[in-house]
Amino acid sequence: MINILTKMHGINNVLEKNNLLEAEFDKKIIIKIFNELKDNNELNFNQLLDITAVDYPSREFRFDLIYILQSLTKNKKIILKTFIKENENIESITNIHKSADWYERECYDLFGVEFINHPDLRRIMTDYNFEGYPLRKDFPLTGHTEVRYDDLEKKVIYEPVKLTQEFRNFDSESPWEGMENKLFGDEKSTGEN
Amino acid sequence: MKEVELNTTTINFGPQHPAAHGVLRLVVELEGEVVQRAEPHIGLLHRGTEKLIEYKTYLQAVPYFDRLDYVSPMCQEHAFALATENLLGITVPERAKYIRVIFAEITRILNHLLNIPAYAADIGAVTPFLWCFEEREKLLEFHEAVSGARFHAAYFRPGGVHQDMPEGMEEKLFEHFKTLPKFIDDLESLLTNNRILRQRSVDIGIISKSEAIEWGCSGPVLRSTGVAWDLRRSQPYDAYDQIDFEVPVGKKGDCFDRYLVRIEEMRQSVSIINQCLNKIKPGPISIEDNKITPPKRNQMKKSMEALIHHFKLFTEGYRVPAGQVYSAVEAPKGEFGVYLVSDGSSKPYRCKIRAPGFAHLQTLDHLSKGHLMADIAAILGSLDIVFGEIDR
Repeated sequence: MINILTKMHGINNVLEKNNLLEAEFDKKIIIKIFNELKDNNELNFNQLLDITAVDYPSREFRFDLIYILQSLTKNKKIILKTFIKENENIESITNIHKSADWYERECYDLFGVEFINHPDLRRIMTDYNFEGYPLRKDFPLTGHTEVRYDDLEKKVIYEPVKLTQEFRNFDSESPWEGMENKLFGDEKSTGEN
Repeated sequence: MKEVELNTTTINFGPQHPAAHGVLRLVVELEGEVVQRAEPHIGLLHRGTEKLIEYKTYLQAVPYFDRLDYVSPMCQEHAFALATENLLGITVPERAKYIRVIFAEITRILNHLLNIPAYAADIGAVTPFLWCFEEREKLLEFHEAVSGARFHAAYFRPGGVHQDMPEGMEEKLFEHFKTLPKFIDDLESLLTNNRILRQRSVDIGIISKSEAIEWGCSGPVLRSTGVAWDLRRSQPYDAYDQIDFEVPVGKKGDCFDRYLVRIEEMRQSVSIINQCLNKIKPGPISIEDNKITPPKRNQMKKSMEALIHHFKLFTEGYRVPAGQVYSAVEAPKGEFGVYLVSDGSSKPYRCKIRAPGFAHLQTLDHLSKGHLMADIAAILGSLDIVFGEIDR
C-alpha cells in the first residue's frame, strides 16, 4: 500500500508508524487525489473520519490542514496533510465524501479556512453572529465577549469579558533551566556600593 | 412564469425539548406532517474543550474527556490515554490493560442502559427507564469503587490507570455479571416484541451500507446496516486481542436494528468482562517510570527523589516528544478518536476530538426525509445523540 501511495502524483513524504499512514499532498489537485484514494481498489479509502487544522501563526503557510481517512476493506487509516496560507482557500471535497460537509463547516468556523464550492458554508459550533476564529492561537482563551441575563432589559446581553482575577497562564517549564543566576540584592555583594 | 405555491410549515424543535436529548435546535420543514427537511443547529453546548486542552498539561487534560460524552466517560479517557502513550512510546502493564478493558465494557453497558430506555421513552415506554436506572446505579458503584467518582472518573491515565481495584473487587464483579444477563433478558421481554416499539421503529430511518460508510457512521449505526466493523476487532488496542467476542450486525439499518445491535452488544460486553476476570493477574497497574506516573505515597514519605518527581509531575507535567498521532477506540457510540499534535512541551499543541455523534447527527436530514414528524424523535433516540461530545 505504501508503495502505491509513494508512486501517486501529488503525494509526498509517505511514512508508516504503528499501523498508521501519514502523507503530505498537493492542495492544487485535491479533488483528483481524493477521488483516486477512494476509487483505487488497492487503497479504497472509503470513509472520511475527520477534517481539522493546526495553527502555526509564525509560519508563512500558517495552517496545517489535516484529513483523516479510513479504509474499511484494507483496515488502514491515513493522515493527510497540506499547508495553506492565512487567506488562502481550498477546494471542498463534499462531492467525494458526504461527511465532509459538517467537518468543513467546523474547520471554517474555528479556524477561518474557507472551502470553495461548499454547499452551505456557515458557522456551526459558535454562537449566532460570533466574530473571530476561536481555535487560532492568537484568539484568547477567555474570548472577547460574555453573556448574562439583564434584569432591567429583560433579555440576555453581550458584554466585553471582565475577569474578576487576572488570567493565569503559568509557565511551569523547568524554571531553573537557563535561569540567569541573578537574585534580588546580589548587586550589593559586588562591593560597588 | 409559472407560480408555485409552497405549502410547507417550518417549525422549531428544541433547543429545550425532552426528545432532543440535550440542546439540539432543529429547524424542520413540514408538508402536512411529513418532513421535507430537517436542519440541526448545534453548538449550544460548545465549551471549547479543544482550546482548553491546549492550555493544560497532558494529565490535566484527562478530566475534560469525561465531560464530553458524559454517558460513557471512561471510553473517551481511553482514547486520549492511548494517543499520549503512542507519542510517548510506552506500553502499559498487562494488568492495566485488563482493568481498562473491564471498565471500558462496563461503560459500554452503562451507555446502552441509558440509550435503550431513553429511546423507548421517546416512543412511549416508561418502565424500562426505571428498571435500567436501578441497574445503572449498581454499575456506577464499581466506577465509584475504583476512582471515587460515579461519572467523572479520570481513571484511565497515560501510563496505566490511576489506582488498583480495591481488594475483593474481582469477586464482586464476577458475582454481579452473573446476574446481568438475566436483567437483559427481562428488558428484552419488555421491549423486543412490544407492538408499539415495533410499529415505531421497524423501517424507520433506514440507512444503507454504502450510505453509512459515506456519511462517516461507525459503531452500532454502521453495524446495524450489516457491516461487521468494530475497532476492537479490526484494530485491537490494549487487551482486546486476547479476548474472544462476537460482533453483532443488523440487516436493514433501521431504528429497530440499531436497538437490537445494542442489546446484543451488552451481552457480548458481559462475556468480555468475564473473560478478563478469568485472565487478569496481580501486577503493576501503571508503568514504573516516575517521569510519567507519580510515585506511590509511601515512597514520598521516605524518598526526596520521589517527592521531587511528584512535585514536577503535578506542576510542569511530563514532556511528550514532538509528533502527531491519531488514536481511536470503539466507544459505545462509535469511533471516538483523538488527533494529538505535540511540539515537545508538556502541553498538547493541538488536540482534535473526533466524536462519533457529530457524524451521526449529520445524517439526520437524510434519515428523516419523508418520515413523519413524530419519527424524528425515534431516529434521534436510535442514533444515540449526546451533546457533550458533539458540541465539545
